[in-house]
Amino acid sequence: MAKKIVEITMPQLAESLVSATVDHWLKQPGDMLDMYEPICELITDKVNAELPSTVRGKLVKHLIGAGETVEVGAAICLVEVEADAEADTAPSAGAQESVSPAAPARGLGTTDTGSGTLGSSGTMGGEPASRPAAAIAPASGIDANAPMRHRYSPAVQRLAAEHAIDLNRVSGTGEGGRITRKDVQEAIASGNASIGTASAVNPATAATAPIASSAPSDSSLAPMDPKIPVRSTGIHLSESPRIPSIEIEGQEVPGRGEYFIDVTPVRNTIATRMRQSVSEIPHGWMMIEVDVTNLVLLRNKLKDDFRKREGINLTYMPFMIKAVVNAIKDYPIMNSVWAVDKIIVKRDINISLSVGTEDSVVTPVIRHADQKNISGLAHEIDDLARRTREKKLKLDDVNGGTFTVNNTGSFGSILTQPIINYPQAAIITFESIVKRPVVINDMIGVRSMVNLCLSLDHRILDGVICGRFLQRVKENLEGYNLDTKVY
Amino acid sequence: MPVIEYIEAIRLAMKEEMERDNDVFVLGEDVGLKGGVFGTTKGLQQQFGELRALDAPLAESAIAGVAIGAAMAGMKPIAEMQYSDFMFPATNQIISEAAKIRYRSNNDWDCPVVIRAPIGGGVFGGLYHSQCPESVFFGTPGLKIVAPATAYDAKGLLKAAIRDPDPVIFFENKKCYRLISDEVPEEDYVVPIGKSKVMREGTDLTVIGYSMPLHFAMQAAEELSKEHGIEAHILDLRTIQPLDREGILEAAAKTGKVLIVHEDNKTGGVGAEVGTIIAEELLYELDAPIRRLCAPDVPAMPINPPGEKHYLLNKEKLKKAMLELARY
Amino acid sequence: MMHTGSVQRALRHTELGLTDERAVDMYKMMMLARRFDERGQLLQRAGKVNFHISGITQEPSQVAMGFAMDRERDWFLPYYRDYGFVLSIGMTVKELMLSLYAKGEDPNSAGRQMPGHFGSKRLRIVTGSSPVTTQVPHAAGFALAAKMRKEPSVAIVTFGDGSSNQGDFHEGCNFAGVHQLPVIFVCENNQYAISMSLEKQTRGRICDRALGYGFPGIRVDGNDPLEVYRVFKEARERAVSGEGPTLIEIMTYRVTAHSTSDNDMAYRTKEEVDEQKAKDGMPVYKQYLVDAGLWSEEKEATLQTEIRATIDEANEYAEKAPFQPVEDAFRYVYAEENGEG
Repeated sequence: MAKKIVEITMPQLAESLVSATVDHWLKQPGDMLDMYEPICELITDKVNAELPSTVRGKLVKHLIGAGETVEVGAAICLVEVEADAEADTAPSAGAQESVSPAAPARGLGTTDTGSGTLGSSGTMGGEPASRPAAAIAPASGIDANAPMRHRYSPAVQRLAAEHAIDLNRVSGTGEGGRITRKDVQEAIASGNASIGTASAVNPATAATAPIASSAPSDSSLAPMDPKIPVRSTGIHLSESPRIPSIEIEGQEVPGRGEYFIDVTPVRNTIATRMRQSVSEIPHGWMMIEVDVTNLVLLRNKLKDDFRKREGINLTYMPFMIKAVVNAIKDYPIMNSVWAVDKIIVKRDINISLSVGTEDSVVTPVIRHADQKNISGLAHEIDDLARRTREKKLKLDDVNGGTFTVNNTGSFGSILTQPIINYPQAAIITFESIVKRPVVINDMIGVRSMVNLCLSLDHRILDGVICGRFLQRVKENLEGYNLDTKVY
Repeated sequence: MPVIEYIEAIRLAMKEEMERDNDVFVLGEDVGLKGGVFGTTKGLQQQFGELRALDAPLAESAIAGVAIGAAMAGMKPIAEMQYSDFMFPATNQIISEAAKIRYRSNNDWDCPVVIRAPIGGGVFGGLYHSQCPESVFFGTPGLKIVAPATAYDAKGLLKAAIRDPDPVIFFENKKCYRLISDEVPEEDYVVPIGKSKVMREGTDLTVIGYSMPLHFAMQAAEELSKEHGIEAHILDLRTIQPLDREGILEAAAKTGKVLIVHEDNKTGGVGAEVGTIIAEELLYELDAPIRRLCAPDVPAMPINPPGEKHYLLNKEKLKKAMLELARY
Repeated sequence: MMHTGSVQRALRHTELGLTDERAVDMYKMMMLARRFDERGQLLQRAGKVNFHISGITQEPSQVAMGFAMDRERDWFLPYYRDYGFVLSIGMTVKELMLSLYAKGEDPNSAGRQMPGHFGSKRLRIVTGSSPVTTQVPHAAGFALAAKMRKEPSVAIVTFGDGSSNQGDFHEGCNFAGVHQLPVIFVCENNQYAISMSLEKQTRGRICDRALGYGFPGIRVDGNDPLEVYRVFKEARERAVSGEGPTLIEIMTYRVTAHSTSDNDMAYRTKEEVDEQKAKDGMPVYKQYLVDAGLWSEEKEATLQTEIRATIDEANEYAEKAPFQPVEDAFRYVYAEENGEG
């Protein structure tokens, strides 16, 4: 039968022992050993004992000399034994534990974000071999869909708040793409992701420059005070409307002229609604010019007192809305909804206003606008605008509108083709008030003129009715004069 | 500086204190003639006589109670419990008496007793020679509890305990006895009770613990540093009661990621208190949930080797937990 | 034995080494303890204090025990009925009253512990607790310290018959026996542990247990204070001369309920109690003194008046004294930094 050589190792004779000394050998090379026959004497700090053999065979070699100390588990001698058919220690055939080639992890350039080529260093996922000391995983772009991306730990939130870091622009090296405290600390150090670093391209900038007051006036021809600026200043936020800032994410790849903008939920909603409105409603469009010189004078006369007494600004909008509402009363079909087999004419006149915020448009509603006087409308507009700015609108505030009035003049435009606020029947805009030379009594005069633009649902409304409606609005607006009461 | 074994550090602490102060003496089962079943008190009876290294009858409540009485009389006794697994008959004396003597007498009487007990497994001792009962006494006001991990701390803390005017339980780890050696100064020194120590500086995660498992943490930390560039910050509590709140908070805040380790059962262990202290004070420093790696909630470890290994902490378990936390 | 007032017996106390003055003092002390105890009962029933635990009829043996010890050198570990004992080793009625009212000036615990939990380092009375019998190993510890320091002091520890069954009793006795420590273990066997009578606590004799631990066990009649004195004197001498411990079982009877929270008629009869009350050792001892010409009815009257005044004064003082300020309520869990303790 075949023979093989096995080791006898030093056992742990007692708890807490880590080594022992061979005092002297009881068996010499060449001696036969029986099972459990003592082969040597051991000395430790706690006990002295004889070591019994754990195999049957012939002692071949002492590995440790008498008087030597070895650690528990070390081999002390070799014994030749019968090689039985024990399959436990088959040394070579272990092909099962083949070294699997390093999984390529995510391939180059094919991440979920659909980004273009990634950074130069290609490797992703933790290959252990040569790792740079710093990063745990290379920051190779921000995967917005990573499950832990938006789980901000308290430390992360605090640091971001303290250092004005925009977390949307910080890459996350933690589990599941989580932004770790270290990631934020690095962002602070590098200054990359601070809020308030101006983004380079801002398409809205061009629109911000306020339109200068119009042509130098000549006061001789018309009862106009040349010092009054006629251009309406918008939805009466106390300051000029904010420009929506565009968030830029992702790294700018040199040589390419693209920027990525995050789609916020609000933008998404707007997009959906606009699409629905345009695809479902056949839009018609009409406009009319209105001479609001007297309105301008009226407002100018009232505004300071109004401000003192009411605490809010008196703008053109309440006047406009009143004019529109009264016109709707005469042409109620303007206030309706297409219901395929019928047209539903709404009794309540709830005017939707368009209010722009930094990055979106909201349409809060003035309910029962026909029941309010100009002062009441002014208050309502101010309240809604303020609450929109402060993001305190409730669901009731934006629901139930039946007709929309949009003050596009605040952007400086003189002509707009507005998109109807689905499912209403029409939307009217009040453009910039601009001083213009006009013909009056066959003479040239300078008047404050404003365009009103109407988009209409051509399923419900036609040119005739809308023309009449617009005429009535014009009449109402031109009917304001210095004697008009706001209460 | 000489490098000595943990058990020798303990022995030297007792020897030196007994030389320094005649009121110091040790009593327990087999401590005198035999020098202790582990050899911890070897040579003391030969040097100091039968009364000062006193072989006591097999009765833990009496060993603790007599020591408490002698301490009240002005002596400085060190009562040895042969295994912490066997110290429970003394629990009444420790908790009802020693812990409360100063408080109940309005500072008239005090009890400067030290109770030493070996804890920890890994010696194939099975259920009743391997337990870590720190949590039984933890939270008892009036007691101080220490559990050194290094030879240096073992000597320094035992001296501090002997000199302390209040009762101190000294939990020495039996696995560390001969496994752990480090540099121990020959001259007199004391490690203050109530102060933790940073064993290793790091920036990626913090490990907080006491006794044997910290050595596994250190080994794991070395590997993590080499293989992954992860640097672990390791804090040795050294004293379990009173906990070093400042040390704990500082170490936790350093990285915001905390892994608490101990060999005592997880539920209701010292780690739960450490974790809560951190949660109470450092919410805005935390970058990850606080984690604990401890023994399972099982009465004690079995004697069969695979069962014991499965129960105990080791370098691999520490490394895995530390890596996971660093990556979080 | 001591009922007759024969001339031979009159010198019994002298034979024991007691002066006349000391013998009379013993009686006065017993009476003081008795009256204090009675007052404690009244105060509790009157709602002035929450709790009182009584040792009435145990005073003669307690006082005799106290008089047999060395107040300057010995260590005392009493249990909760030991008013006679602690008064005889130096505590005052005023201090006991303060403890009863749980006031801040109470030297035992500043009003932190229940009454009967004695402690005073000045008087060498070791602080006690409620878990019974824990003080037995402590006494062995004190005795060990004395032996190690070679001081001629003895530790004396008392406990009840119920407490003598705790593990700590056996462990403490055994330890003291093995190491031949100078300690006296005293079981004040008043036949009841709350509601459980003696035969439910043990079938043997408590004094016989000492045999198992290697030292003498002696039973003594608690109603004979002079005999108690003798036994304790001898035990003390044994101890200081290095002959080791003694277990003394004082046979007495608990005439009151366990405490003011106990209704003892639930487990025994009035007849039994009255029968035992009639065996009260105090009137007998008084008679002994009268027979010896050391006491009289006038002296008795004076004593009663004096004691009454002492107790009234102590009572009033304690009632008016303040509690420990709550700012200090949590102090002394550990030694304070400024070096106290």
